[in-house]
Amino acid sequence: MLDTMFFYMFALLAVGGAILTITMRSAVHCAVSLIASLAGVAGLYLLQKAEFLFAVQIVLYIGGIMVLFLFVIMLVNLDSAAKERQFHRRWIGGGVAAGLAGASVLWLLSKGAHSFGSPAAQAAPSQDGNIEQLADLLFREYLVPFELASLLLLVAIVGSVLMAKKRTS
Amino acid sequence: MLHPITINHYLVLSVMLLVIGIIGMLVRRNVVVMMMSVELILNAANVNLIAFGKHLQDLNGQIFAIFVIVVAVAEAAIGLGILIALFRNKETVQVDEIDLLKW
Repeated sequence: MLDTMFFYMFALLAVGGAILTITMRSAVHCAVSLIASLAGVAGLYLLQKAEFLFAVQIVLYIGGIMVLFLFVIMLVNLDSAAKERQFHRRWIGGGVAAGLAGASVLWLLSKGAHSFGSPAAQAAPSQDGNIEQLADLLFREYLVPFELASLLLLVAIVGSVLMAKKRTS
Repeated sequence: MLHPITINHYLVLSVMLLVIGIIGMLVRRNVVVMMMSVELILNAANVNLIAFGKHLQDLNGQIFAIFVIVVAVAEAAIGLGILIALFRNKETVQVDEIDLLKW
């Protein structure tokens, strides 16, 4: 009962924040609405007992990516952009395309709903918490993808520095 | 009157986030807001992964979500770097004014 209430609360936060993100005029307002939306999604992770992802969502998304976004918004002066037209001239086509995409995804989901299977029996609560179990899986079965991800982050760091630095020539 | 939450609730929520993200991607003119829409789409994918992981009592979904977040971070860093370089050269962030490759 309480779960249901919390689900609708977080879902409202996520979807409402998302809608405000794409409709607000000023980019800073968009970023703040996106923070609300991400916080709602983080709450949904917590409801599904994904505690580690909840922490990652807060620290990385809200604390990392969104601060990066706000930083760039400050750096790139968007005051003049806020006064201009915010939407494309052919926004109806975009809306129709997005609606079609969503409808097709919903259709596919309803077609395949019988293959989801019944909810797995609640496993006996193991001794380890969510983070321990994830760490076991991540460092045993997924060790190579983990290392590749660190390589990807290294490339991203070097690339973003290279992109953003001033050309001195 | 309040039904227990099943996986269908999460799937519908995920589709809503996806559609909002796609609309933002296609309709907005501001590059920064378009990149925020990409983050929304990636979040929709993550909600799906976690919901199915819970549904099937399988932790692999959460591992996948971690990798999705890692790739999203890399994408945001590179994308914002490109955005700064672009703004330095073109003095605009409106996508329909950036038409150098359009004939």
